[in-house]
Amino acid sequence: MINIALILTLAWRNLWRNLRRTTIMLAAITVGVWAMIFLTALMRGMVEDMLKRGLYQLPGHVQIHHPFYLDDPSIVNSLEEPSEVLTKALEEVSQYWFSRVKVPAMLVSERGARGVMAIGLDPNAESDILFANRHINEGRFLSSIDDEALVIGAKLAERLETGLGKRVVLMSQDPNNTIAERGFRIVGIFSAELSAQEEINIYVGKKTLQELLSSKDKISEIALFAEDYQQANTIQQYLQQILSEQQTKAQALSWKAINPYLSGMVNMMDGFVLVWVIVIFLAMSFGLANTLVMALYERIREIGLMLALGMAPMMVIWQILVESVILLLIGLALGNGLALVAVQLTAPGIDLSSVAKGLEMAGMGTTLYPALLIKDVWTANFIVLVLGMLTSVLPALRAAHYDPIRAITKST
Amino acid sequence: MCKNLCKRFRQGDQAVMGLDQLNLIIEEGEFVCLSGPSGSGKTTLLNALGGLDRPDSGEIQVGKFRVDQLSKGDLADMRLKHIGFVFQAFNLIPVLSARENIEFVMQLQGVPHAERSKKSLALLKDVGLEGLENRRPAQLSGGQQQRVAVARAIVSEPTLVLADEPTANLDSHSAQQLIELFLALNTKHNITFIIATHDQRVMSQCRRLIRMVDGKIVSDETQNMES
Repeated sequence: MINIALILTLAWRNLWRNLRRTTIMLAAITVGVWAMIFLTALMRGMVEDMLKRGLYQLPGHVQIHHPFYLDDPSIVNSLEEPSEVLTKALEEVSQYWFSRVKVPAMLVSERGARGVMAIGLDPNAESDILFANRHINEGRFLSSIDDEALVIGAKLAERLETGLGKRVVLMSQDPNNTIAERGFRIVGIFSAELSAQEEINIYVGKKTLQELLSSKDKISEIALFAEDYQQANTIQQYLQQILSEQQTKAQALSWKAINPYLSGMVNMMDGFVLVWVIVIFLAMSFGLANTLVMALYERIREIGLMLALGMAPMMVIWQILVESVILLLIGLALGNGLALVAVQLTAPGIDLSSVAKGLEMAGMGTTLYPALLIKDVWTANFIVLVLGMLTSVLPALRAAHYDPIRAITKST
Repeated sequence: MCKNLCKRFRQGDQAVMGLDQLNLIIEEGEFVCLSGPSGSGKTTLLNALGGLDRPDSGEIQVGKFRVDQLSKGDLADMRLKHIGFVFQAFNLIPVLSARENIEFVMQLQGVPHAERSKKSLALLKDVGLEGLENRRPAQLSGGQQQRVAVARAIVSEPTLVLADEPTANLDSHSAQQLIELFLALNTKHNITFIIATHDQRVMSQCRRLIRMVDGKIVSDETQNMES
């Protein structure tokens, strides 16, 4: 029979009989758990930042396209503006949504020509989220859906050796596969965090682009932002159901399907967090195992005495495991508390502007915000507790198999 | 009862006979001393009787138990319920108070708290440690510690108490008090005592004195305590 009260009494008192050793071990566990949770929150914050920026550039958490659009993004594979039912559904599930015309095109200046992605948009509908709108280096952004001007990236302007106020020619294919072309005046130069964005994307009024392509009200994509990017799959399924019910030739895709790199980054982060937590634990476990072995070595005679008096070996194992669990739980409580305080203190953001160039290359901002996920806290706590107990099993088993007489007569 | 009991040890390359074809019968309620030089087999015999060490051959019967045939778990159970131990040193669990040390065996047996408390306090009084129940072993003298160990050994009313050099670390006054306590408990509760000792004071007061040399019994005398 396992006597829980006796086990708890022995475990608790044994834990504190060497205060210095227990304090050092507690400090190690606390710092380890703090490092697991807080540094994971920083890494998560970094990935969240990269992800959010990626989603703004995509743009959207969910997009609706013609089924062939991703393979051939020409105006042939376009959609009608959303129906009343679809509009209602989009309003229901999104924070904001918008439609775009987005086709490959050629931009020609007097000095050169480059392949680009012509994006026809409604600047008023997208003003809150469009990255280019916030990074206009020179001139202005588009003012309306039928603005007949053009906004291009700084890198593209450099490549085409053109600039603000200059005229360029935009060429693309209309639905009849005929070349459609038109001259535009550059009214704005934008900068983006990725130079590829500056080089590829050009912005024009949606209606103006539709007129150029003779595509009436056709659009290339509908993009929506939900409250949280993690709702994307649910929303995608809901919208796909509506599209199917309406027999619309279109498909809804979540950001994970559109940009596997971004979703891969999130998955990689999950794996990385697990590896990180285990690596810290392994470093910590050596201390834990060593402390336990030392503590048991010092108590070898009293364990022998308890066995001689008739304590079942299983109770010796439980006593040592409970002692270990108490130590781990106190360490976890302190570590979690410390990590939460650290996350609170750094919530306004950590300024990393001193390494801004490198961060920019990685698609990150210069302020790092920790992102504390409950699942990361659980992972850290679970691993420390379970692996910590497993670390204690071997010393406990050894102690339970001491020969009572040899243990009692052992000189320490 | 021991029959043809043998136990060998290795000392370097040589085999040493700890117990050599030893035969012994001790009746219930006896007060027996085992004496003899170091290495004569006293402690080995006590350990074998208490199921702490297994003999190489031979039979050991303690009450209804064939000790040499019990499993490890059954031996632990037998020790818990039927045998009390008093060792030469390191008798108490340092993190438990005097009272908790006495209650330890009862706790393992699942005795309810109220009964444990009542018994342990009564025993502390019997062994002259009233008022010291909350002291930890480190706060007690050697003699007091041994008396706590004796109280623990008899608290569950065992049929047999095995004591290995119980007076070795005690001054003469404490040793005498302990012997008197043993004798009183033997008389009062009819508990069988087997005491391994070098101590002449203990030997002179026991009722049966068994002398051992090289794992064998060389003399077995019943002493007249009235003389």
